[in-house]
Amino acid sequence: MRYDNPLAAVGNTPLVRLARLSPSDNVTLWAKLEDRNPTGSIKDRPALHMIEQAERDGTLTPGCTILEPTSGNTGISLAMAAKLKGYRIVCVMPENTSQERRELLAMWGAQIISSPAAGGSNTAVRVAKELSAEHPDWVMLYQYGNPANTAAHYATTGPEILADLPTITHFVAGLGTTGTLMGVGRYLREKVPGVSIVAAEPRYDDVVYGLRNLDEGFVPELYDESVLTTRYSVGSQDAVRRTRELLREEGIFAGVSTGAALHAALGVANKALRAGESADVVFVVADGGWKYLSTGIYTAPSTEAAIEALHGQLWA
Amino acid sequence: MAIEVRIPTILRTYTGDKKSVEGAGETLAELFTDLDTRYPGIRERVVEGEELRRFVNVYLNDEDVRFLEGIQTKLSDGDNVTILPAVAGGAGAEPRPAGVVAGRRAGAR
Repeated sequence: MRYDNPLAAVGNTPLVRLARLSPSDNVTLWAKLEDRNPTGSIKDRPALHMIEQAERDGTLTPGCTILEPTSGNTGISLAMAAKLKGYRIVCVMPENTSQERRELLAMWGAQIISSPAAGGSNTAVRVAKELSAEHPDWVMLYQYGNPANTAAHYATTGPEILADLPTITHFVAGLGTTGTLMGVGRYLREKVPGVSIVAAEPRYDDVVYGLRNLDEGFVPELYDESVLTTRYSVGSQDAVRRTRELLREEGIFAGVSTGAALHAALGVANKALRAGESADVVFVVADGGWKYLSTGIYTAPSTEAAIEALHGQLWA
Repeated sequence: MAIEVRIPTILRTYTGDKKSVEGAGETLAELFTDLDTRYPGIRERVVEGEELRRFVNVYLNDEDVRFLEGIQTKLSDGDNVTILPAVAGGAGAEPRPAGVVAGRRAGAR
């Protein structure tokens, strides 16, 4: 495949069948490899769409400063696009996110403002909104409420999946900004009668305040519960266990939030198996494991040791 | 029929600080009634009338029971039930006008 420039290479990612992890021949798991995007995560899609929409409507003009609350991937995607398009970018990020994410943001020239660990992404959003009020000339694209986030998935991720797998019965993705689930979910519901849209929400240990889930009162403006068929709450232990299984059984090196999506995908797949139904379950590999290598979860001798290694860190 | 029930910190005063307890029942409603015989008061914190309390979420094998059959959801031997408080009150909430959501998010925390 040939593209005119690096930004044009966003999307068109592979969909791969996972024979070993699938519960049976009739109940099949499929992984959408979003780590194959230019900066290594699914966030390249909404980042590019949000920037180009803001350019079209005149909010973003040459020389502008972009401001965004992000725990990592969106900031990295925006910073790369900003670098290529000539914008300055400021990211507000919880202080308890991994060193790799900071390095990547710095590498693309982003300025990082740390927000307190307490409150996690909720606090990052609040700090960003305060900064936005102080600097009215900065452009906050605001992934949690920007319709271009959802539109990116409606226009690209959804159609790609349906073209590759017209027999899809379930779509499973992590619930953060909710953009992926809302965009792909709406698209598939229009095209595939009876399709299930399944959210995998991170559940952290008591010690981590970095909650980014609906129960913490953090309800992204993009969220519309009616798009979802069901919702799983996945703890750190299961997320880590599944991330390691995905690596061991299928050779896919994914980030920890992917383990949570896989856990929910196996949940719906096993329900279909017990009900004697056939199913084609697609789940999203949101990013690769590179940014989480320093946690040691991939090489820990046991799942228990890996869980211990991750203790207290934000992983989604 | 044994069901493992994970108890959130805020409710461990009822379970003698135990993080997880065992219970029995054909449905969630029966399970909470069963738990209340050994941990008096706990049912009241989770159930209001014949419904789950608004600011409590219950998961069956990690799946939100509000998307299943709520408190009437059927249980099987070996199932896992997780009870979680919804701290700021967003629990499986009915859709709200976007403006209300935005106002709460910007101001509440």
